[in-house]
Amino acid sequence: MKLTGAQALLECLKREGVDTIFGYPGGYVIPLYDCLYDFPAIKHILVRHEQGAAHAADGYARATGKVGVCLATSGPGATNLITGIATAYMDSIPMVAITGQAKTTALGKDAFQEADTTGITMPITKHNFLIKKVADLPEIVAKAFHIARTGRPGPVLIDVPQDILNGHLDYKPVEKVEIPSYKPNTEGHPMQIRKAARAIASAKRPVLYIGGGVISSGASREVVELSERTHILVTTTLMGKGAIPESHPHSLGMLGMHGTAYANYAVAHADLLIAVGARFDDRVTGKLDAFAQKAKVIHIDIDPTEVGKTVHVDIPIVGDCKSVLTDLLKKVEPKVASEWNEQIMKWKNEYPLCYKKSTDGLNPQYIIEQINKVTDCGAIIATGVGQHQMWSSQYINCTFPRQFISSGGLGTMGFGLPAGIGAKLGCPDKDVFVIEGDGSIQMNIQELMTAVAYGIPVKIVILNNKYLGMVRQWQELFWKRRYSATNIEAQPDFVKLAEAYGAVGMRIEREDQVEEALKKAMEINNLPVVMDFHILREENVYPMIPAGQSVEDMMGHK
Amino acid sequence: MQHTMTVLVENRPGVLARVSGLFARRGFNIESLAVSSTDDPSISRMTIVVAGEDNVLEQITKQLRKLVDVAKVLDYQDIPIVQRELAMIKVNAEATKRAEIMQIADIFRAKIIDISEKTFTVEVTGSNEKVNAITNMLSPYGIIELVRTGRIAMMRGEKTP
Ligand SMILES: Cc1ncc(C[n+]2csc(CCOP(=O)(O)OP(=O)(O)O)c2C)c(N)n1
Ligand SMILES: [Mg+2]
Repeated sequence: MKLTGAQALLECLKREGVDTIFGYPGGYVIPLYDCLYDFPAIKHILVRHEQGAAHAADGYARATGKVGVCLATSGPGATNLITGIATAYMDSIPMVAITGQAKTTALGKDAFQEADTTGITMPITKHNFLIKKVADLPEIVAKAFHIARTGRPGPVLIDVPQDILNGHLDYKPVEKVEIPSYKPNTEGHPMQIRKAARAIASAKRPVLYIGGGVISSGASREVVELSERTHILVTTTLMGKGAIPESHPHSLGMLGMHGTAYANYAVAHADLLIAVGARFDDRVTGKLDAFAQKAKVIHIDIDPTEVGKTVHVDIPIVGDCKSVLTDLLKKVEPKVASEWNEQIMKWKNEYPLCYKKSTDGLNPQYIIEQINKVTDCGAIIATGVGQHQMWSSQYINCTFPRQFISSGGLGTMGFGLPAGIGAKLGCPDKDVFVIEGDGSIQMNIQELMTAVAYGIPVKIVILNNKYLGMVRQWQELFWKRRYSATNIEAQPDFVKLAEAYGAVGMRIEREDQVEEALKKAMEINNLPVVMDFHILREENVYPMIPAGQSVEDMMGHK
Repeated sequence: MQHTMTVLVENRPGVLARVSGLFARRGFNIESLAVSSTDDPSISRMTIVVAGEDNVLEQITKQLRKLVDVAKVLDYQDIPIVQRELAMIKVNAEATKRAEIMQIADIFRAKIIDISEKTFTVEVTGSNEKVNAITNMLSPYGIIELVRTGRIAMMRGEKTP
């Protein structure tokens, strides 16, 4: 079949099962955009900023497990994607980013809107390609999707010069991708798995520490089964949230800096830590020498570089979490709940996650509890970054994997709204709540227009403290309350702003208005709703283990 | 601890940038790096000398393997190898000193490959230590320019990576 490069590119996307792409046009990609008319099966969502396209593709991928696709023009279009690509990279999200580029003949000559996109994105992509011959296009696209979705997933960028889009090729679909130098190992070593089973059998104080790898490999059921069979309690990272229903009696919630006191106590006293699809991030471990000091460590991860990167591992198992856990379950004998379980429950009763209800202001935690209530814990939650994100991670009660969508590794403010839009497009049957800060929302507020234009009914909760609250909290606790550059009282009227975009706006200041507002938002199904909740200005996120410290230094628990 | 490693990579533009970028980004220090094509035109071979503790080397090896364009990584620690480096040394060689310098070159089985009124250019091949040694011997005469290829290495015997 004779096709142009642009046609072949869209044909390849179709073959990969792409139904939605998020993008923004520009000079060098006009041929591709023109061609979109002929591919009605691919829905293009025109965002209002390329960063929004990258986060939306990311949110789509997190919610569905499919590869998210974003598209931008060369130069400034490509550089505007950067934050979004880096966000996906840090959280191992499968994504393919396609960028336009100056003609191959002009490359390296500072052509108009030329940027060294593959050079710039080298450290923030799993891999990237610059297409130099149109005949290579189908194979490169197939490789890009293969790399993005296999092994440890991640973003892959394809840079496509304009003359490649306009060129012609004899198109043949790629049947099989062969990359001799890329062969991720998915199966765990049987001997290591036997060792792990033995360690589990003999452990007196085991804990399961579950990360995002469990979500991406679809291993939640195996985690729950392992926990139920052995009565080993489960703590998750921010990325692992939803791997076990948080109402499950074996769930200890999140661990780490703002994790529950009891999850952190459990890890601190454990004699066996079973890490699955987690990477011992510093927000989890705090001071490394003090982290899980008494524990033998089993580490299951698909990426060999993560094993032994920061902590010593006694039983490394490299492989896909689902495959390894399935094999492990064949070897693990049932165990009964022990004194250790009682001890953890005692901590849970003694140091529960809690907050002081205020009489002269609205508690953010209360609002989040009400979201659980009105959604029956069934909505997808996308968050920005800041205190509101941490309150969400603490108080949103997750019931299924891929429910909680948040920028963990990079901590990208402005992530929530576009990611929520992507999630809603990926899962149209689910309600999507976006929980944002008054600072964070303003970093991609323009995507409100996208949501209105396509009638995407995301429900946006702004926890408005008129502060860059998380930074202010650190200033309060560690910098003598010198609130340098964190007061953002100068802010738009979010209700009017929502209305200006054509969305629905509400302002909520009292507790008795909360449930009603949320319920009202739940009934609006053709437009985004912005709920501007004016919360206590100086409420803090607790408990907190200050950066680089240990569980002994925990603040604000009970 | 110094390690010599061989990295086989796809012979593609940008691969060197991926490898060197990885070292820079992760704070690994390259002591020397030699790159060239091989008998297989689709594969390039890098010989990299790095220093670091065992755990650092383990990370480097794994991180390199993770690069999509890297086909094979081999750390020659505890593997018998032959290794060579080539250096060219341009050294002051006034008439009165020439005999001495030629004698030194002889001892190291080095060759004088260029000559001018005031200088010799000496070519030496061997281990890093040997190159260091001749450099030390020549430095009193005044080294004007020194260029080294960096180490290349191969396993002894029939084995290949
Ligand atoms: C793009 C970006 N810039 C800066 C930061 C640093 N930062 C982390 S949290 C935060 C404050 C967020 O404020 P807001 O969105 O109002 O949320 P709050 O903490 O008040 O809930 C800042 C500035 C960041 N994470 N991302
Ligand atoms: Mg705020």
